Formats: sequence, C-alpha cells, structure tokens
Amino acid sequence: MAANAVEVEDLRKSYGPVEAVRGISFNVSEGEVFALLGPNGAGKTTTVEIMEGFRSRDAGRVSVLGFDPASGNRRLKEQMGIVLQTTGVDPYLTVAETVDMFRGYYPKPLSRDDVIKQVGLEDKAGSRVTRLSGGQRRRLDVAIALAGDPRVLFLDEPTTGFDPGAKRNAWDVIKGLAGLGKTIFLTSHSMDEVQFLADRVVIITAGKIVAEGTPESLMAGQEADTLIRFGFKGTLPEALRAVAHVDGDAVELVTRDPTRTLYELTSWAVQNGVQLEGLQVTRPSLEDVYLEITKEAEAVGTPA
Amino acid sequence: MRDLGLAFRQVWYINKAFVRNPAALFFTLIFPIMFLVIFTVIFGNGHLQVAPGKTVRVATFYVPAIAAFSVVNACYTNIAISLSASRDLGALKRIHGSPLPVWSYMFARILHAVAMAIVLVIICAVFGALFYGATLPTSTLPAFVLTLVVGAAVFSALGVAVTAVIPNADAAPAVVNGTILPLLFISNVFIPLENPSGWIDVVGKIFPLRHFADAMIGSFFQLSGSGLHANDLYVMLAWGVGGLLVALRTFRWEPRT
Repeated sequence: MAANAVEVEDLRKSYGPVEAVRGISFNVSEGEVFALLGPNGAGKTTTVEIMEGFRSRDAGRVSVLGFDPASGNRRLKEQMGIVLQTTGVDPYLTVAETVDMFRGYYPKPLSRDDVIKQVGLEDKAGSRVTRLSGGQRRRLDVAIALAGDPRVLFLDEPTTGFDPGAKRNAWDVIKGLAGLGKTIFLTSHSMDEVQFLADRVVIITAGKIVAEGTPESLMAGQEADTLIRFGFKGTLPEALRAVAHVDGDAVELVTRDPTRTLYELTSWAVQNGVQLEGLQVTRPSLEDVYLEITKEAEAVGTPA
Repeated sequence: MRDLGLAFRQVWYINKAFVRNPAALFFTLIFPIMFLVIFTVIFGNGHLQVAPGKTVRVATFYVPAIAAFSVVNACYTNIAISLSASRDLGALKRIHGSPLPVWSYMFARILHAVAMAIVLVIICAVFGALFYGATLPTSTLPAFVLTLVVGAAVFSALGVAVTAVIPNADAAPAVVNGTILPLLFISNVFIPLENPSGWIDVVGKIFPLRHFADAMIGSFFQLSGSGLHANDLYVMLAWGVGGLLVALRTFRWEPRT
C-alpha cells in the first residue's frame, strides 16, 4: 500500500461563532486523485486552504508529505502545486514570463515550454495576462501550479465557469497528471467532474463528512429514485397509480425499486395489449445521489 | 545567497511589469519631475535663506526638496498602492503559496522602489545643475546619500505598514494621499518654510517627512562640516522601526473579503 500524501485528523476551524469545519478526518494516498465535494459554504475551501498553508486551524492534525503546512516549510512548498479559486497574477507580464518567474522559485522546475504546452497555451505564450480570456487565465493558473514539478496538486474548483469544451480539456490535463503519478486533491461542486476524475470522494456538508468512498460505491450504496416515463391514455392498475404522475398523455413513475415497478408495468401492459409510447427508464445520476446525500445530511443535523 | 539572487531576479520582473503599467510609470517617474518644473517656474524667482548666512534662489531650493518628494513618492506612495493592487488581484496570495521566501519578495519590492527613487534624485540633481548651477557639493555627498538611503528605507517600511489600513485597491490612493499630501505642504517640501509659525513647526516635526526634507536640503546646501543631520535621521529611523513592526504584525497577503 502506498504511503499517505495527506493525513487529516479531526480538523476544526471556526470563524468567530461560525464553525466552518467541525472535526473531519481523511487520508489521501500518494498517487491518488481525491475529491472533496460539497455545496457552497460546506467548508471545502477552508479545508483545502488549511492544507495549502494559507489558513491556521483551531484543532486537529494535518500532514502534507510529512510536513505540517501551518509551519510554512519551504521544502513542502517546493513539492506542492496550488490552483486557487481566483486567479492572481500580474496582468502586465506575458504567459511565458509568468511561468518563468514561478519556475525560478523551485529547485527542479519543468521546462517552460513543456508547462505551457501541457495546458495548451502555446499560442498565447507571448501574450500579456490582460489579453487572456477567463478560461485561458485559469489554464495559466494550472501552468503555475505545474511549474515546480510538484508531487501534490491542490485544485480548488478548477473548472468553475468553464464552457463544456474547456472543461473537457481541463479534465484531460488532470487525468494526464494523475497518469504521471501525482497526488491530486480536488474540490468541486460538480459530480460529473468527480465521477470522471476521482478515485475517491469525500462529501462534506456544514463542515462534517456525510459520505465517503469511490464514486461507484457511493452510487451503489445510496438509494435514489429511478424515473420511468411513457405515453399512455387510459387507466393504470391500482398498484401503479399510487406512484404515478400523470400529465395528459405523459406518465411518470418514480420508484426506488425499478425492477419490481417495471415488471408490474410491463406485465400489465402485455397482458392487456397496451402500448407504452416512448418507454424510458432513467437511472439516478451521481448528481442525484449527491443531492440526496446532502439533502439528507441537512435534514438530520442543522448546525448549532 | 540563493535567496538574495531570487530577490534580484524578482526586481527584474517587478520592473518589467512596472514599465508596462502606464499609471505607475506616470505617477512614480513623471509626476515628481512635473512638480519640479512647475514649482521652479511659478515660485522660483524669489530668494530664500536656507541656513544662517546661506541664501539661495527658491528655484534652487526645490532641487533637494523635490528630490525628497521623489523618494517619498517612489517608496511610500508607490509601494502602498502597488502592494494593495497586487493584494486585491490575489497575486500576493499566489506568491505566498510558492517557495519564494517572504523576505526575498519584500526586499525586491523595496529595492525596486529605492532604485526608482535614486533615478529620480539623479534627475533632480542634473536638472538643478543644468538650470540653476546647483551642483551637489562633494564634501557633503556622503551625508546626502546616507540621508537618501535612510529616507528610502523608512518610507518603504511605512508604505508597507499603511497597507494594513487600506481596505482595497480602490481606496489605496485616497488613504495614501490623505496621509502624505497635507504633510508635503507643511514639511518644507512643496512650500519653503523660512520662518514657520509655531504650530506648523510643532506638527510638522512630529512626522518623519519634515525631518527628511530638512536633512536632504541641509546636506545639499552644505551648511557646516559633514552636512549630516543626525537628529533628523534618528526621528526618521524611529518612524521606520515603528513602521517595520506594524508591517510585520499586520501585513496581509490576501484581499479583505
């Protein structure tokens, strides 16, 4: 088993009376793509900024590559790449100059052209930052994070505000980095993103962990509603009427037991010679699972 | 040594961004020269006693006075405004997350500001020599240079310190000018104080600018001996140490939210 790149134990942080992080623990193995997921205000950014060394913690233990990030240790910073939620680079420098400036801070940087190529900014290398689009600035941010050839990458909502094409490209870049054996710590609101990228997911709401596992195990473990749709005019059998929403010709059945409901529906239809127009079965997406988990968590424990 | 190298390297990048930023270039480099020309043209004709037995044309007085203003402008004003802008952009936070040592970065910022100040002082001195025959006296040159260096360091420290009370980049010029402009008028810089009335003298001498101006003008006109105004430098240094302590305790790398 690989060593842990990140260890967090009973982490707590309050801002005045507000408890942003209320005792969370997790480990990230070296080489793993780990995602911290949760709604806005759940404590994701607080948690990741404590690991990056930007914020202090109130209690608990945090270790990144064997260092306590609160110490601001330079050996740690040399092995860490950070993409913050907001870009922050000098607008008057060019892409190439910015990457070069940051490369100089690290003992073993990657080559400038490699870094720029990895994020697909070759055409913009000579452009000043002021002339980049929002998505291009974000890619420059990723380039800065890669400049020092880090072992661990922290990506705080790296694709927020991207168009679908740009998002897909960013995912490919991140996949590529994971392929190189980097440990990647990701925060996101997007289940699609996490499903595509992450080996393991922790979901937090209101500063507490509410679910944990691989994307697949989260989906399997959570009962969420399956939707059955078809067009039909007439009277449904008694058992199905209870779970049906009828809107003119359109019928929707919402069920947690799709096998049984489908059996009841189709056997009745075949026996009675009924045509179910455009019959469609929609499985819950990870998005639905996520919404279900966070909704349940909020219903159970509203923070004090 | 490597960290010092990093600082010099950083100066190069700071300067690259600086020369491409028209506002920074204008307010830091052109502004003081403009003041020098305007003041000497409008007020330059009278005569002024700068020390017992030493009377000069007012135009000549403005050479070291505007040199002092240039230092304050390049160090205090420029550092406070550009640091606030970088902080709001998130550029300071980005740097803080990198392995670049904090002191290398701050030292680079200050080094660049001091370099700008020195360039301006040289321009003022050349201007004085060309148009008013006010050449730098060689015997007090060491005192003049020492005053310049101490002033640049003190006003740099104060420029970093004042960012603690600047809420955001939009407010930076207001806070910086609000603190420095009144002092420029009562501290023997914009207006020569031949016989300052009581309160102007008392209030002015609380703050470091009056002492800096007096020391710059004093060493420029070679009053006696070395031309060094040690007492003025002590007051300035006290302000500098105070500024440094405030900066160390309150400096923020992240925008205020």
